[in-house]
Amino acid sequence: MPSIELRNVSKYVCHDVNLKILNEELLVLLGPNGAGKTTLVNIIAGLTDYDGAVLFDSVPVDKLPANKRGAGYLFQDLVLFPHLDVAANIAYGLTAQKQPQDQTEARVDQLLHMMKIKHLSSRYPKHLSGGEKQRVALARALAPSPRVLLLDEPLSSLDVPTAKYLRTELKQLQQKLGITTVYVTHDLQEAEEMADRIAVLQNGHLEQVGKPEEVFFYPKNEKVSDFIGAPNILDCDYCRSLGKGVMEVGCGGLPIVVPHDGNSVQRITFFPHDIHISETKPPGPEVNRFKGTITSITSTDEAVRIELKVGAKNLIAGMPHHIFEDMNLAVGKEVFLILKLRRIRVYENRDTPMTNYNSG
Amino acid sequence: MLKRLKPGWGILPVAVFLAIWEMVARLHLFPGQLFFPPFSAVVLEFYHLAASGVLGDNFLASLVRVVIGFCAGSIAGIAMGTVMGWRENINKALHPIISLFYPIPALGWLPLLMLWIGINEMLPIAIIFICSFFPVLYNTVTGIRNVDKDYIQVARTLGASEARILTTVVMPLALPNIFTGLRLEAGMAWRVIIAAEMVAIPTGIGALLMKAESLIRIDIIIVCLIVLAVMCLTFEKFFQYMEARLTAKWR
Repeated sequence: MPSIELRNVSKYVCHDVNLKILNEELLVLLGPNGAGKTTLVNIIAGLTDYDGAVLFDSVPVDKLPANKRGAGYLFQDLVLFPHLDVAANIAYGLTAQKQPQDQTEARVDQLLHMMKIKHLSSRYPKHLSGGEKQRVALARALAPSPRVLLLDEPLSSLDVPTAKYLRTELKQLQQKLGITTVYVTHDLQEAEEMADRIAVLQNGHLEQVGKPEEVFFYPKNEKVSDFIGAPNILDCDYCRSLGKGVMEVGCGGLPIVVPHDGNSVQRITFFPHDIHISETKPPGPEVNRFKGTITSITSTDEAVRIELKVGAKNLIAGMPHHIFEDMNLAVGKEVFLILKLRRIRVYENRDTPMTNYNSG
Repeated sequence: MLKRLKPGWGILPVAVFLAIWEMVARLHLFPGQLFFPPFSAVVLEFYHLAASGVLGDNFLASLVRVVIGFCAGSIAGIAMGTVMGWRENINKALHPIISLFYPIPALGWLPLLMLWIGINEMLPIAIIFICSFFPVLYNTVTGIRNVDKDYIQVARTLGASEARILTTVVMPLALPNIFTGLRLEAGMAWRVIIAAEMVAIPTGIGALLMKAESLIRIDIIIVCLIVLAVMCLTFEKFFQYMEARLTAKWR
């Protein structure tokens, strides 16, 4: 699979974008609506004209029209051909590229198996559920063995549980196939879960490109940090090993257990959505469980942001709107919170990010 | 879509209507009964006309004209409509001209065509051609242009050439619109051919109508009108059926 390189690419809002996507990497293109994410992906696919250069494996592909570039593209609305059944949809790219009939059939069969949609092969798109359409569209994009895979917010039309499930599947599939992938999203959590690297795009400018933890914990400038939102960053007063790969650290009077085995821990960080909030005392051992008081509730497009006073510390928690609506939370209310153990990042040094994430 | 009723239910109102007609005519409820034959007399005349071959000959003459003119007009309309819908600059070039010709009623061409072509078999065929060409063209252009651009884009990323995209994605998706044009014009072709035959051509159902009028044969006139109604309906139903066959699976 080739690497993709953009050199001084410009179109609409996108201005002089330089980006290199590594071989077999999943790069998440993250940014708010209207940032130019789809435009960039269309440029890579060759679906729009542009200034600048696009290279696949250091070879310019600017002269190649979309049908010769070999970029598999999963559209936001999936756009399955309504007049073709599932098998014919998947076969479309193979027939278009004049593969022999028997090879086409074998490949379609293989994909039906891989995506676990064999039973749907003679159905028409109007009789498919959202998740099923998703699988068919992905199978269709993968069928001609594309050189790179472009996914434009492919899960945005699905309900949350289905999207979550497919996200995991998609990531596994991408790793198994080792296909260079660009994944467009405006969802932070999705970006964090999927990405090998994240490219933050705002107003057509690439603000930062890096590993998720770099982007989330060391935003390069205010534009990035405004969009990402502040994670919880706590400096540690003491630390002691509990054995078995866990340590206890003290942060402003809060004893927190973290997954770490090594030298002293100086700083820990975790995302707002890694704080679990409940109104009643949760069952289980008293590890990373605290009581806190809600000091403010703000609602954004993505999630509800809840600021909490826990002991002497202020923490920021986040939860999806649908969960917030099911709970009865208000400013001043006392709630129980759990810090999700495995989601806490640990830093031995207060300046550089390290360990346990890079290796994983 | 029409709700599918059992066949018997469609016939019942027609039967009631015919019964009333028969009764009104026989009881001389209208003054001037000479001009209003009962239904039974019309049926009898239909039999005479059919048996003598007069009806068959004239019907066949009209049918051949409609079929040839309609097929030629539709094929030309679909072909040109496809090109115009697919290529934006061709559409831009031709659209203003087509817009000028489109509103002219097909029969408006008759005097001009009579002088250009003369009174022969080509005349009614040319009229039918014009009558079908423009509406089918319009509907085809609309159908092709209304196909969501995303379908075209996705086909491109899958490696399809422009010609393949046109034939395997755009045209199939434009079919419902194209069929709307065909269905409307199939009925319209019969309406127009009758008018043309009444005015200019000595054979066909329309000509038979005019002869019957001059002989004050109201029963023959009514026979001709019934044949016409049935043919309009049959043609429209045929295309409705074809459209359902081709698109019902996925729409």
